[in-house]
Amino acid sequence: MVEEAGIPTLCMTSALDITQSVKAPRAVFVNFPLGHQTGRPDDPGIQRQLVRDAMLAFETISTPGEIVKLPYIWDPDDRSWETQDYTKGWMPRRPSREHADAAEAARVARYAR
Amino acid sequence: MTVAYIPRTRELYSDFKPYQWVVNQTVPWTPLRKPISQSKIALMSSGGIMYRDQPRFHHEDASYRRIPKDAAREDLYVWHFGYPTADAEKDPNCVFPLERMRELEAEHIIGELSDPAFSFMGGVYSARKVREELAPRIVDELKRAHVDAFYLVPA
Repeated sequence: MVEEAGIPTLCMTSALDITQSVKAPRAVFVNFPLGHQTGRPDDPGIQRQLVRDAMLAFETISTPGEIVKLPYIWDPDDRSWETQDYTKGWMPRRPSREHADAAEAARVARYAR
Repeated sequence: MTVAYIPRTRELYSDFKPYQWVVNQTVPWTPLRKPISQSKIALMSSGGIMYRDQPRFHHEDASYRRIPKDAAREDLYVWHFGYPTADAEKDPNCVFPLERMRELEAEHIIGELSDPAFSFMGGVYSARKVREELAPRIVDELKRAHVDAFYLVPA
């Protein structure tokens, strides 16, 4: 819809099959676990490379639906996440509603002046 | 190995009615009008980012949050049920690379980072809701800001 409104878009993805299904106009794929599409925490080096590669892909992608695959590897010594992620029992438990409400109230109070 | 998320989602949510994945037959296309170093770029993440006291996201929530481009990292919070958020809570740049985009702007690799950036919570089951409620509002925002390109990070 954004692309149809005349604005070029680029999608950063770690889920290749989903991006292929929805056919994003331009996409950059990195094989990292979900929740890390733009890198590891507190690692500005890899974050920067990923975001910079994405910006460059805006210029290099010339075919609608093209997906640039980046070469970065999450952890060369442990690829177990590839078989475990997004399977039953893998998702950490979410905080209860009461806990989330309390956290939100504390956050609102912190900024109330 | 590339993870096949569509079959895994089917298996993970096998107690529910099978999710109908959006399958688009055609690809919309707008060419980039100027080099990225002269373009105004908007950032949006579906990672469920909130700024300061903005309300958190709820079930089937198609609302979005406007995040000031100069937001300090300590003022960003994360709420999402569809991916493990521990790392993004520690460093929002994992799914919302605001600090990295500011650096690229300062180094003139991109022309300008549009203000504000945007975030929503991507775990919305209804594709219709996203298409009819969320997307048109974002299009309005981007048009008002006269952005040249739109960078999406779906978490």
